[in-house]
Amino acid sequence: MNIDKNDTSSKVTKNNLVIAIIFANSWLPILTVVMIFVIWESVILIFGVPEYIAPTPSAVLETLVEERTLLFHNFLPTFFESVAGFVVGNLFAVVLAIAFVHNKMFEKAFFPIAVFVNTIPILAIAPILVLIFGNGISAKVIIAALICFFPTLVNMVRGLESVSPEMIELGRILSATKSEFFWKIRIQSSLPFLFSALKIASTTCVVGAIVGEWIGADVGLGSLIIEATYNFRSPLLYATVIVSSGLAVILFVSVTIAERLIVRWKPEHIS
Amino acid sequence: MSKGRISSRITDNAGGAEPPAVVMKGACVRFGGQLALEDISLTVDEGAFITILGPSGCGKSTLLRLVSDLVPIDDGEITIFGNEVETARLKREFSFVFQDATLLPWRSAIDNVRLPLEIGVKHAHKRPKAVSNLSPEDLLDLVGLKGRENALPHELSGGMRQRVAIARALICKPRLLLMDEPFGALDEITRDHLNEQILRIWKETGITIMFVTHSIPEAIFLGQKVLMLESDPGRVRELVDVGLPYPRELPMRETPEFNKISRYLRNLLETC
Repeated sequence: MNIDKNDTSSKVTKNNLVIAIIFANSWLPILTVVMIFVIWESVILIFGVPEYIAPTPSAVLETLVEERTLLFHNFLPTFFESVAGFVVGNLFAVVLAIAFVHNKMFEKAFFPIAVFVNTIPILAIAPILVLIFGNGISAKVIIAALICFFPTLVNMVRGLESVSPEMIELGRILSATKSEFFWKIRIQSSLPFLFSALKIASTTCVVGAIVGEWIGADVGLGSLIIEATYNFRSPLLYATVIVSSGLAVILFVSVTIAERLIVRWKPEHIS
Repeated sequence: MSKGRISSRITDNAGGAEPPAVVMKGACVRFGGQLALEDISLTVDEGAFITILGPSGCGKSTLLRLVSDLVPIDDGEITIFGNEVETARLKREFSFVFQDATLLPWRSAIDNVRLPLEIGVKHAHKRPKAVSNLSPEDLLDLVGLKGRENALPHELSGGMRQRVAIARALICKPRLLLMDEPFGALDEITRDHLNEQILRIWKETGITIMFVTHSIPEAIFLGQKVLMLESDPGRVRELVDVGLPYPRELPMRETPEFNKISRYLRNLLETC
């Protein structure tokens, strides 16, 4: 009983300590942000800048609250497209990376194509995809998938090949089959590399979805950005931008939490 | 000392029906036309402890990799307990300890020890049924890691990680243990400690050990005999009988007998 009590109390102090450390580390950026908002607000008020050119932070905050239903209805499709694109793009990249590692001929044949696809600016290829797949959701999912694809492919190949030469020798001494070695050793070795790619993808997939919505869509944060801009509703434009970045933050944090839960070891050979 | 073919017997308890642990006859290994090992002839009897010394790049590691079927033989013959190296590998007659512990960082100590039981299962039937595997718990106890079964490799020190690797190497009850500078990256005190442990394990299990090192004191302290290789190409220079009694204890390294053989090996190494 006593021990339990001690444990909980030490946990509580530990938590308090963590909070204190987080606060100690974050008061400076918080202060900076507040200062920026204060300067921004006063510049607009002092110089009498019209609202359609640049709104005050307080007006943006007001719109965020007032238009929450509109923002949420446009948030959902973009959220769905981003997540679907994230899943499709990364799944495809992982499967292709596995194929590359198992078959060098395959890698030689397809890697240049992957590089070529990656060099096409996403803004240039987006209209083509919208033309092919129409105004619906599929074009946005494909654009979001495309933007995730390459970093994950490259990182996953690197991860699967990160197994040390001694580990390969150990596998041979233990007469491991290719599939045993793959499932027991290679896949797990690649996870830290995969997650660093997934973190990149978690924010870029939102960019992909929004770009897709710019080209042609009736709903979504991207179309709301275009609409707000054309109607000179700057506070709504700014509010939409904030929601978009909030979406990226949600996805990034989710991936980070998943990484903490899955990769609980420290890799030895990440350079 | 002639540089020709040197046939060497490590211990002289031969004569029984059991074939020796390792027999090499005129073994040669080439890497891209370059001779890495030339005309190695050697017999290691079961239960022997042989240490291998030589200048860098003389093929010490290649010799162990030849025995463990990692490097193919280009000329000559090699048998492990009377079998081809491949058969010996499939039967798990030998195991290997690398300089790096080569543990899977996501597996606990005990799960790392279990790894050999989970892979290569296709060939499990080739292993003699009579030799059941040791329990991973007992093995961690044997290497002095009782209580750290669930620790992940990054939570263990370098010496502890290497002990997990040794436990993993012993799980299928191999008859031959190949060690490639296993303590080379450890600090002096840890290395001394592990040297004593490996002698104890050798004595308790009766296993045959081939141990590559670049430390002369380590080679003398552990081995019944020291195999000195010379470089370009890798050849047997001399098989030196250590002649110090077991059990060996660390203070033995201060004795005149130890110093004498140490001086002899140093002179030999300088001319290799």
